[in-house]
Amino acid sequence: MSVFRPNWQALLSLLATLYSLTALPFTAGMSPASSLMVVGLLIAGAVLSMLRQGFAVETAVLTLASFGAAAMLMSGLSDAFGTATQGYFAALAAAWLLGWRLVTVLSGDGSRGNQSSTVSVIVPALFGIWVLILWECIVRGAGVPFVLLPPPSAIGLRIATSTSILAADFRQTVLKAVLFGYVVGSLTGFLVAILADRFRFFAHGLLPIGNMVSALPMIGIAPIMVIWFGFDWQSKAAVVIVMTFFPMLVNTLAGLAASGDMERDLMRTYGASHWQVLLKLRLQAAMPFIFNALKINSTLALIGAIVAEFFGTPIVGMGFRISTEVGRMNLDMVWAEIALAAIVGSLFYGALALLERAVTFWHPSYRR
Amino acid sequence: MSGRGFIQDRLVPVGSILLVILAVWYVAAYSMNAPFQRDFDRRAGETRTSVEFLMKTMSQPKPTMPAPHQVAENLWKNTLTVKPWSKRSLVYHAWITLSATLLGFAMGTALGVAIAIGIVYIPALDRSFLPWIITSQTIPILAIAPMIIVLLSAIGVTGLLPKALISTYLSFFPVAVGMVKGLRSPDVLHLDLMRTYSVTKMQMLWKLRIPASVPFFFTSMKVAIAASLIGAIVGELPTGAVAGIGSKLLAGSYYSQTVDIFAALIAGSVVAILLVTAVDVVGRIVNARMGARNP
Repeated sequence: MSVFRPNWQALLSLLATLYSLTALPFTAGMSPASSLMVVGLLIAGAVLSMLRQGFAVETAVLTLASFGAAAMLMSGLSDAFGTATQGYFAALAAAWLLGWRLVTVLSGDGSRGNQSSTVSVIVPALFGIWVLILWECIVRGAGVPFVLLPPPSAIGLRIATSTSILAADFRQTVLKAVLFGYVVGSLTGFLVAILADRFRFFAHGLLPIGNMVSALPMIGIAPIMVIWFGFDWQSKAAVVIVMTFFPMLVNTLAGLAASGDMERDLMRTYGASHWQVLLKLRLQAAMPFIFNALKINSTLALIGAIVAEFFGTPIVGMGFRISTEVGRMNLDMVWAEIALAAIVGSLFYGALALLERAVTFWHPSYRR
Repeated sequence: MSGRGFIQDRLVPVGSILLVILAVWYVAAYSMNAPFQRDFDRRAGETRTSVEFLMKTMSQPKPTMPAPHQVAENLWKNTLTVKPWSKRSLVYHAWITLSATLLGFAMGTALGVAIAIGIVYIPALDRSFLPWIITSQTIPILAIAPMIIVLLSAIGVTGLLPKALISTYLSFFPVAVGMVKGLRSPDVLHLDLMRTYSVTKMQMLWKLRIPASVPFFFTSMKVAIAASLIGAIVGELPTGAVAGIGSKLLAGSYYSQTVDIFAALIAGSVVAILLVTAVDVVGRIVNARMGARNP
């Protein structure tokens, strides 16, 4: 058995590192010596990772080499905006390939059995970190103009320095428009579905219409709602209500039909009334569908409220901030709002997923 | 489904609910337009009979809530009485939006399928990328669509492509998620059988995984094409009201032309219904030809 265990990421990484030697130093801010240190680290990492060794040693070597090189490359960019040579990017690519190798080693052979919870958190996190590193290094190294794409560090700085503005926008858009519209829209959709289910005639009529409306570009009602309900949050909440109503209606109706005939017959032999069957059997069976609608609605609500703000708004709100700051070319503020929206959206979605797991623990998709 | 069952279970309920919606719409048009009309008449010093007043609320030039027949008249005027390629025609605007939608949909579907194949075959991608695809959809892309359009025009990308890119972003997600599910849908027995034939990875993909994923493919494409239409419409909002259904909405909202907004909305809805139906029909035909049950 040979000591060497080559893999393509490490081999490519070696090649890229060797190529980077043709353009030393990497940036105006890096001395040739520090550039050579990066090269040495990368070569050591690539070669060591190809030796046959334990899992822990291999991950440690790869982590050290890839992130160490990335950190040195990033620090080399201070006061050297846009001066990176081809060698710099080759070294960056080499570090990224080692990072990829690390992810591959961590993910194993892909069989679902050996999936530990730490790995399933660390691997996506590594991916996210590498996206940020590449974004930062490429934007600052190649000197992409700030008005096109600000580096993540500038966006982070902006978030830190303007928390009060972000908090005000968050209150206006999320706490007022989104939350109110989401709760009212989902609740009405749910109640109408329960009523329609009581009277089959309505269910037969509403289901095709609801299905059709769900495919329509409902966001288009935003200008009408702004005309009707004014510039403040009420018009945004109205858009959110209309957008969230139909997915909830359609999904609840589908969910109420999801319980099996056997179970329904069993309830009938118990002499259960319509409401008892509804409460004890059919609503339980409908829960996965209802949560599906709640998840769809969580993204729709945020989108609806933000887009509605483009059509007229008081001088606060996430959509307002995005459209005005684009006009003023303050792209870092725009990205700060986007980051805020993404975090809010992810937390919203994550909370719903946890709640779903607690409520529908019996569903086959959660069986291990 | 027999003809009688169809009429009783579909046509009558759907028709009556549509009639109720129409009636509610008329009542809403009357009650929402009445205050303005009353005020208007008082200033003009006119007294009207209630029938006259009712007729007036239904024919304001800029009503708060246009009556259905006003919207229908506007639709008629802007689709059938003008040349389809003139700037006043809704057909022209719908075509502009439709072309961006289709381009974005094609790119999004291709991207989605590519990502799905990557995720199914490369474990590292499965672990690292899949969670981020889900996160990517919590970013309200529609909210940053204006910025993307402005930025792309700053680096010289204008016209169809920026709008199509928004559509791509919205439509790749349902396709990717549906296809991952579909490519993993063949059961273990079939996979093992293929392995006993010692097939290569490519053969496994072409002969088992892709055929098995076709029903999933069409189901997710129905979602994707509706999403790409929405992307194209929102992508048109910041182009300064040049052309397209989105720009009609924006122009209507600037000048409070509610009738125009409603007509544009209905045009957009017609396009949406046509697109989803087209995908559905193609899906049914393909599924039937491949011997699959329709899901």
